[in-house]
Amino acid sequence: MSTTAAAVSADATPRRGAFSLLKATGPVGIGAAVVIALATLVAIFGPLLAPYDPTLSDLSLSWVAPTGGHLLGFDGQGRDLLSRLLVGARTSILGPLAVVILCMLAGTVLAVTAAWRRGAVDAAISSGLDIMFAFPGILLAVLAASVFGAGLLAAAVALAIAYTPYVARVLRGAALKERSQQYVAALEVQGVSARAICMQHLVPNMLPLIVAQSTILFGYAMVDLAAISFLGLGVQPPNPDWGVMISENQAGIVQGYPLSALLPGLCIVLVVVAFNVLGERLFEQAQKARQ
Amino acid sequence: MTEAAAPVLAVAGLRKEFGELVAVDDVSFALPEAGSLAIVGESGSGKTTVAKMIVGLERPTKGTIVACGNDRSKPARSASDRRRRGREVQIVFQDPYTSLDPRQTVEATLDEILRLHHGWPKERRRERVRELTDLVGLDARQSRALPRGLSGGQRQRVAIARALAAEPRILILDESVAALDVSIQAQVLNLLADIRDETSVSFVLISHDLAVVRQLAEETIVMWRGRVVERGATGRVLDDPQDDYTKQLRASVPRPGWKPQRRSVVATEEA
Amino acid sequence: MSASRPVAGAATTAGHRPNAALLQVERLTVRLPVEGAQREVLRDVSFDIRGGEALGLVGESGSGKSMTARAIDRLLPAGAEVDGSIRFDGGEVGSLTGGDLRRYRGLVAMIFQDPRAHVNPVRRIGDFMTEALRTNLDVPRSTAERRAVHMLAQVGIEDGERRLRQYPHELSGGLLQRVMIAAALLTEPRLLLADEPTTALDVTTQAEVMAILHDLRREFDLAMLFITHDLELAAAVCDRTVVMYAGQLVEMRSAARLHDDPLHPYTAALAAARPDIGQSARRLRAIPGRPLSAFEAPQGECAFAPRCPHAVDECRTGVPELVDLDGGRSRCVRASELRGRLGVAAGD
Repeated sequence: MSTTAAAVSADATPRRGAFSLLKATGPVGIGAAVVIALATLVAIFGPLLAPYDPTLSDLSLSWVAPTGGHLLGFDGQGRDLLSRLLVGARTSILGPLAVVILCMLAGTVLAVTAAWRRGAVDAAISSGLDIMFAFPGILLAVLAASVFGAGLLAAAVALAIAYTPYVARVLRGAALKERSQQYVAALEVQGVSARAICMQHLVPNMLPLIVAQSTILFGYAMVDLAAISFLGLGVQPPNPDWGVMISENQAGIVQGYPLSALLPGLCIVLVVVAFNVLGERLFEQAQKARQ
Repeated sequence: MTEAAAPVLAVAGLRKEFGELVAVDDVSFALPEAGSLAIVGESGSGKTTVAKMIVGLERPTKGTIVACGNDRSKPARSASDRRRRGREVQIVFQDPYTSLDPRQTVEATLDEILRLHHGWPKERRRERVRELTDLVGLDARQSRALPRGLSGGQRQRVAIARALAAEPRILILDESVAALDVSIQAQVLNLLADIRDETSVSFVLISHDLAVVRQLAEETIVMWRGRVVERGATGRVLDDPQDDYTKQLRASVPRPGWKPQRRSVVATEEA
Repeated sequence: MSASRPVAGAATTAGHRPNAALLQVERLTVRLPVEGAQREVLRDVSFDIRGGEALGLVGESGSGKSMTARAIDRLLPAGAEVDGSIRFDGGEVGSLTGGDLRRYRGLVAMIFQDPRAHVNPVRRIGDFMTEALRTNLDVPRSTAERRAVHMLAQVGIEDGERRLRQYPHELSGGLLQRVMIAAALLTEPRLLLADEPTTALDVTTQAEVMAILHDLRREFDLAMLFITHDLELAAAVCDRTVVMYAGQLVEMRSAARLHDDPLHPYTAALAAARPDIGQSARRLRAIPGRPLSAFEAPQGECAFAPRCPHAVDECRTGVPELVDLDGGRSRCVRASELRGRLGVAAGD
């Protein structure tokens, strides 16, 4: 069966560019990528794009509907909603990004070390991970807040620690599989160092999985961080953050002014879904390409 | 056999235990310079374990391995030591579908090895890559291709080129043609014979296929359940086997007029 | 042996006439979806198997030999298109459904190259062996197990009761393959499709398994389609041999004569490419290029022409037909002309 496939892809040229990989994910994948790109732009340029000062409060304008130059109206504290959304994007998106980068790094290092060294080292790392599994993210964040005080950094680090065992477990399986391939043995016989093999061969071949994991985790991190901020343990008011905004404007829902609580929620959902969708399709494409 | 020159590979009293299981028991042999030796056996004979010990993928429980005058019975101590061993003994594995990094083109694969062993500038490396791909019969399109664009036979050629990029004195072929079609196998066997003529590299051929052994190897040792049961010139071992197992092996090879016999001993093998 | 139940639509009902064709494959063409398009993998394949006969099917990658067996056993992958006909005991196989199809599967059994890929690792051997008997033929479990133990003894496994309770991973490759053979024979098939059953086994185990197949075939009057890449093996254990290349049948010959007096250049080249266990050659006579699938081969001409040392212009003017020659058949326009000059002993 392999002969037919190999014969037909006989003209396979080296790694397709990122753009062609993206195109292959179809209109849905491209749509998700557009959403993510927009969100990223807003995260970077938010403060420049905001028409008004997001912290400028005028209580006489609280809950006022969209009017004049204020496209989305005002929140419960009389602040321009659109500006708060745009500026809030920064912490809402960069926060999860930091979490993902930290836990993917830690998880990859642990997984590859366990898979490469095998034996006692693998057993020790796996036991350590089992212990870490016992700590759910939010609980660790609460603990961190009580020790280091509330704030985004403590919350992000706590979440990263909580996510690391999941990452390590998933990647360990892939790393073990890759390590058992004969090309790794061939490189060992050549005398290539363990570090070079892991960094230049093992990890690159795990990239589809790493990318997929990252996008899924981004979604979780975003929701978890928003929840932590909602609880008052993450980003502190008056800083705009989508999670904080939901918390602050809860009262508005029952009073008949749902916009200021729903819109930040919608932003979160949109970005999380976009990441999940894109991640899943990229993974699919990468798997296909590997055939 | 004259003792004029020291053998390029000398294995003595080699033993490997995996817990209770003795996979290799007291195996010794010598490979002369530019010679070719076959290790014949079936599954469980220990022949692949011997090959792995020679290249350092397994560590001997007991015994010595000396290649190119250097002892390699213990693991390498430093990075430069590992690289030096890579320049002494190389190996080509059986499965063409997992022996190449799927993300590397042929040229990148070979270039990496050249960079590892030689401090040559880019132009010199590129030239050498072309020499190697010519040597194994790959054209320009194939050299730029990823493994998934190559057939099994072509991938084995790449694996051979990669092994040769280190310019080893000893090349171990671990069932390297077993997974190939008959017509492709013939091409690769001819290629290996040509390489021997051009580079004087010595071969250790691990195989269960007696016809391939006859074609490529001058000397043969037969392994069964970890021990060497027979050794000698390939022609003599195959035409006039002395050991019972070798005789049974020889008698099991299909040929016109062959009538398979059931062994009188009923199967009692465990997994 | 109990009388086999006739397949729906069969022309004969009471047993089979000794030399009538048990299996008739006629102009079988199969297309499979490969990377989006329907590509031919089998082209115009025709052959018969008589009751009790062993037919060898020899070829390399892309020859279509495995696909042929799958087509016969109705195991083609999804999206496959089949033209032509396959008739078993007179009845068309392609149109069987439901109960008839299950009965057919009892009459035509298949064993594969890698038994571990075709057996459920979490079920015991006994479950697996008796499944077909219990579900398709309504045989009570105790009877089915007794028959299984008896059949295991026939393939050389004496402690059958113990083996029935074991799991597949507890058996070696050779032992598991014997179990597969025993399992295949439990439904008293009339035809056994063996797809490279010994390729993954040691050569001594292969000899043992081939001997078992030989004995069992004689005892149960079982026909066999034996698929292999090994020309010598086919020649030794089969009555007739068919050689396939690029999805087409290129030669059909009695096994004894195939090696010494081939009728097609590909067969001769295949035999010549193999190293000789009796002596080392300066260089093997390798065939240039590589074996192709049906859809890769050049259209409108002899598929082997690009690699054939005997090719002439006539070979490229159209797809050669099968011609009868000296009791065999060959798809070579120069077959009778090259007769006697293609043998391994004779030079090019």
